[in-house]
Amino acid sequence: MNTNGQDLFPILGQPKQSGLEQLLNRPVDRRTAIQTAAAALTAGLGLLQTGCNPLAASESREQAKLEWETFFQGNYRLMDDDEKTSTIRRLERSYELNTGRKINVSGQGPLQDVLYGYAFNVSKCRGYMDCVKACITENNQDRQSDMRYIRIHEMQNGGMDFSTADDAFFREVPAAGHFYIGTQCFHCQNPPCTQVCPVQATWMEPDGIVVVDYNWCIGCRYCIAACPYDARRFNWADPVVPEDELNPNQHYLGNRLRKKGVVEKCTFCIQRSRSGQNPACVEACQTGARIFGNLLDPDSEIRWILKNKKVFRLKEDLGTEPKFWYFMD
Amino acid sequence: MATLTQTLTDHWTRLRQSPLRQFFLDGLREVTSGGVRYHAWMASLTFVMCLGAFAYTIQLRDGLAVTGLHDHVSWGLYISNFTFLVGMAAAAVILVMPTYVLKDQDFAKAVLIGEALAVSALIMAISFVVVDVGGPARLWHLLPGIGVFNWPQSLLAWDILVLNGYLLLNLIIPFYILYSHYRGRKPQKRFYLPAIFLSILWAVSVHLVTAFLYAGLPARPFWHTALMGPRFLATAFTAGPALMILILAVLRKHTDIDVRWATIDKLALVATVAAQVCLVMLGSELFVEFYRQTHHGQSAMYLYFGLNGKSALTPWIWSAVAMNVAATAILSVHRLRQTPRWLYSASALLFAGILIEKGLGTIIPGFIPEPWGRVEEYVPSWVELTVSAGIWAFGAFVFTILAKAAIPIETGRRRFNPS
Repeated sequence: MNTNGQDLFPILGQPKQSGLEQLLNRPVDRRTAIQTAAAALTAGLGLLQTGCNPLAASESREQAKLEWETFFQGNYRLMDDDEKTSTIRRLERSYELNTGRKINVSGQGPLQDVLYGYAFNVSKCRGYMDCVKACITENNQDRQSDMRYIRIHEMQNGGMDFSTADDAFFREVPAAGHFYIGTQCFHCQNPPCTQVCPVQATWMEPDGIVVVDYNWCIGCRYCIAACPYDARRFNWADPVVPEDELNPNQHYLGNRLRKKGVVEKCTFCIQRSRSGQNPACVEACQTGARIFGNLLDPDSEIRWILKNKKVFRLKEDLGTEPKFWYFMD
Repeated sequence: MATLTQTLTDHWTRLRQSPLRQFFLDGLREVTSGGVRYHAWMASLTFVMCLGAFAYTIQLRDGLAVTGLHDHVSWGLYISNFTFLVGMAAAAVILVMPTYVLKDQDFAKAVLIGEALAVSALIMAISFVVVDVGGPARLWHLLPGIGVFNWPQSLLAWDILVLNGYLLLNLIIPFYILYSHYRGRKPQKRFYLPAIFLSILWAVSVHLVTAFLYAGLPARPFWHTALMGPRFLATAFTAGPALMILILAVLRKHTDIDVRWATIDKLALVATVAAQVCLVMLGSELFVEFYRQTHHGQSAMYLYFGLNGKSALTPWIWSAVAMNVAATAILSVHRLRQTPRWLYSASALLFAGILIEKGLGTIIPGFIPEPWGRVEEYVPSWVELTVSAGIWAFGAFVFTILAKAAIPIETGRRRFNPS
């Protein structure tokens, strides 16, 4: 193409024409012509975008920039550590600019040699619903739609037929002749929900927690259709969390604020569990019906239960391998 | 080597004189001219499209909360329509296969109309998916290169791939054939025949993949059946020809399209056989669901008889079954099938019956009861109904444009004129 090197910068060699004339009369082949036109178009659009930006205040300008960058951010799982950090900083700064208050978003990765598991003691649960309440506040769930990750089913003695159970009971508990059993995300080791996601916005972390990248989710709800345990929730409208009830200690893959049109779910309170705490539901339960721990630690309570109790899981015939066991005293 | 100005001017001149430009200009002229009735038809479609767009802005602003959907029935009218329309698109193969492979002259007359129907159905199907997602602005996450495509794991990824591929095939093949006719050339078999064979295989797989989207979910026992794919094909090959018969009847009356009764008669035969197969499959499904009642049969119970006192879909499914049975009976009697009045009524019945059965009657009961057995019903909201109407109007609009531009080329009325 430009063998003598002069053609590349004709301005230097021929100072007799105006800049525009030089550009237009520059000898080019077809490819360069198209490239030039495309570059001009891109530059023009950029100029237009900057020029037409009516936002004068530097804070709203920064806000717009953050939103722009957030819109084009990639899939969290595929980011390197630097990208993850800057994504999280953006989230924190955005919230600060919006509300004037600070939140603390963690991006802590999975701990070595940890695989989380959960056990539910059916004999102990009395239907107090403290777990549900704690879950809602801990995880900044939408108050408007009364979103809940946990369902407590009130069963009649004499069987365990979920279809005849009541999960919307409102009376003094425990009711005579009834027992209670809770369901939530079972963090299946062979999860059908992550398999169906067309954009890999949901996956199982190395510590066994099934998470969602709320920024990458396109909201197709195929995962909701694929889950046999009703574990997933969709933000049908903009979620509402009162400012004074907001939990500022958040995790990118956990309880950070969601937006409308994305799926969310229980994350075993990833913001707590990865820093060595129990999930909020376990801590809130007054009866001790909920046990959480590391399945790879032979001395953990969960391992003791698996070894010494007659445990069972729900819908095992589907081959989902839940890491959530039930047992009775 | 020329200057930049010269190169661009040359390009522009060549573009202006190209037959391709004339082809599109002639098409544009064709679709913007017509009688009062044509303009009234297009105007009313535009009106419904505008209503749909308005309703969609409300959904964009307030989220999918303005639909009747909820966490327990998370797909509804949109995905029902999507499912049905993929079938309508696949049904083009009924015309394509005999035309190009078996050299059937009667089907050949209508093959372009069939392909136009496939294109419109695909555009509608894709639109229904777009309005169903919570984050349409984030759909670029699906694009190769900049997004992450979960293929071959996700059947939805497969579906996006096959739908767009099928759309491409159904645009390229008719375009090539029409354009050749426009230039007064004979279409070259070595160009289009490989694409035709690909599109035949593609048509079948496009609908099987859509069926597998549901059948691959053990979480929903109502869908988790091997009959899903074959039944989707059978219903598609019933409703597709039924709609084609109705469209051809209208076109024969209002345009100079060269389609004889023999074409319609053959389509009717296809619809008849497919409708009979559909009834066999329906019977087989009902037997399995109801002979020995299990928890896995609860959705069918809800659909056909209601569950826990809730039965919103029951009247719909029984009307659909009644329509399908009546239409199949009419079509199975030769004398009735060969009488236009009876044939058209039966086709309309089949179209409506399968739209209900395959849409609402397949997608919604999959979610009812929800995984722990609670029965929560779903009723579409006015926003969903309006957006859906808008998309159907959009599809009809696209079809009208394609047919209006294609027919004069097919009849030889319009050819490339270099002057």
